[in-house]
Amino acid sequence: MAFDKMELRDIEVWDGNHAAAQALRQCQIDVVAAYPITPSTPIVEGYAKFLADGYVEGEFVLVESEHAAMSGCIGAAAAGGRVATATSSQGYALMVETLYQASGMRLPIVLNVVNRALAAPLNVNGDHSDMYLGRDSGWIQLNAYCPQDAYDLNFIAFRVAEDHGVRLPCMVHQDGFMTSHTAQGVKTMTDDVAYSFVGDFKPMNDMLDFEHPVTHGVQTEEDWHFEHKARQHNDLMTKVMPKVQAAFDDFEKLTGRKYNIVEKYDMDDADVAVVCMGTSVETAREVATEMRAKGIKAGVVGIRVIRPFPFFEIQEALKGAKAIATLDRSAPGGAPGMLFNEMAGCLFNLDKRPLLSGKIYGLGGRDLTKKHLVDLYTELQANVDAGKVLTPLQQFIGVRGPKLSFL
Amino acid sequence: MLEIRWHSRAGQGAVTGAKGLADVISTTGKHVQAFAFYGSAKRGAAMTAYNRVDDKMIMNHEKYMEPDFVFVIDPALVFTSDVTINHREDTVYIITTHMSTKELVAAQPKLEGKKVYTVDCMTIAQETIGKPIPNTPMLGAFMKVSGMYDIEFFKESMVRILGKLPQKIIDANMIAIQRAYDEVK
Repeated sequence: MAFDKMELRDIEVWDGNHAAAQALRQCQIDVVAAYPITPSTPIVEGYAKFLADGYVEGEFVLVESEHAAMSGCIGAAAAGGRVATATSSQGYALMVETLYQASGMRLPIVLNVVNRALAAPLNVNGDHSDMYLGRDSGWIQLNAYCPQDAYDLNFIAFRVAEDHGVRLPCMVHQDGFMTSHTAQGVKTMTDDVAYSFVGDFKPMNDMLDFEHPVTHGVQTEEDWHFEHKARQHNDLMTKVMPKVQAAFDDFEKLTGRKYNIVEKYDMDDADVAVVCMGTSVETAREVATEMRAKGIKAGVVGIRVIRPFPFFEIQEALKGAKAIATLDRSAPGGAPGMLFNEMAGCLFNLDKRPLLSGKIYGLGGRDLTKKHLVDLYTELQANVDAGKVLTPLQQFIGVRGPKLSFL
Repeated sequence: MLEIRWHSRAGQGAVTGAKGLADVISTTGKHVQAFAFYGSAKRGAAMTAYNRVDDKMIMNHEKYMEPDFVFVIDPALVFTSDVTINHREDTVYIITTHMSTKELVAAQPKLEGKKVYTVDCMTIAQETIGKPIPNTPMLGAFMKVSGMYDIEFFKESMVRILGKLPQKIIDANMIAIQRAYDEVK
């Protein structure tokens, strides 16, 4: 091979960005087209450095915007290469048009999204606004809670996206700064083991296969557009989850690290639970354990696969809970909040369903403290004791000024 | 759980220092976390960095911290920002200053009655590394005050972490670490 291997220690102290960059190196990405933006910059910078230092054989294309970055990725993926990039926030917003192109053209691109707030006001810190913006774009969306996850989920992403039974692009989300710039111990794989998990890229309908000419990026009007979108949705709803589960199972066999479509923590006998994403899942787990010592049976449901949405897995996870709260880290723009709505949809037709309330928190990187979560679990227990939701259905956590609540 | 808060100016190496410390500690089998508040910090702006160390997996991602140790690596920050914020009874302070501990406490009464150690990391860095980058000397002082590791083990570990720098700079950092270890009071 024309590139050098890197010796890694079993545990490296990496931040989420570096963990993702190392995963891109180990997957031997052919093309990264990028327009760097805070806080995701070190991912593509890292790939470019590995390339320049001879640790990867590929091509780094610096373009003039995020729209062009994803367009470049689409071109390279259609040509038949293993392709990835990274972005955040405004860059992600500018990329949205091309996100739909990528998924509609069934190109297995991996996009690392380091979640960050959307302006205005301008803010570089972590919240989930950008992640929510892309949730109808037809991509698979995986969610990391810490640097280890950011590393591992990249391998899962390539394995699932490139599967010929899937052929859909995949995002790996991590929290801006709270994961991307937070260094923690990351258990590594050797280059050979890591590469063996994703394997050689197997092209499908690639444009550079001149023996079998194909057309990409076609126009369909009302004659065929609906059928294309319906088939894409069908594959998201029926084909992706089994492949994700198979990838998780194989990954566990390889590394001992177990991922689940929905991550349940102490849910078997939980009376009260929070449903959340990103770093908050881990903080909530720690608080849930502390609440149990105080006699409150607390649990946490973390969403690992955001799209396709794990409808039945969530029903199963929450079936015994008596009161739950959703934690949405995105301004809901005049609605109850994505997770609140999704949970309501999951639970509505069940015979027995928990009391549901929704919280908006952490916008623009505002801290979610353990104290906030202690108060939240305490409030949920009060709902259980009263047999009804005692508070307005939507409340804001951690915002200054008069307490905000709605609905 | 051991928790440390660094007070620094952007560009003085607090993030590198926090990550370097985490790296050393990680090799001894403990779990580590190192992060910082950046905001849109420009070079010279006051900022804070953080370390958490524990025997078990660190799940807590809150930024709020009541630190066991506070490192101040810029002498003026004792006066221009509140280095005692969210303190505990037994929080230990290691502060870069040209003053003696007694003079410093007299100049900043908030430190009265607290466990304060002083060391002139700025002068040490200038005289050894040739640049006012006080992060590695602060870690030398921390090794002395905390007794966390043998200083020789710590220096060996730092040689690996600084690995990509020119040998001359690595050697200067080792002298700086040792000097701060010897001089902290």
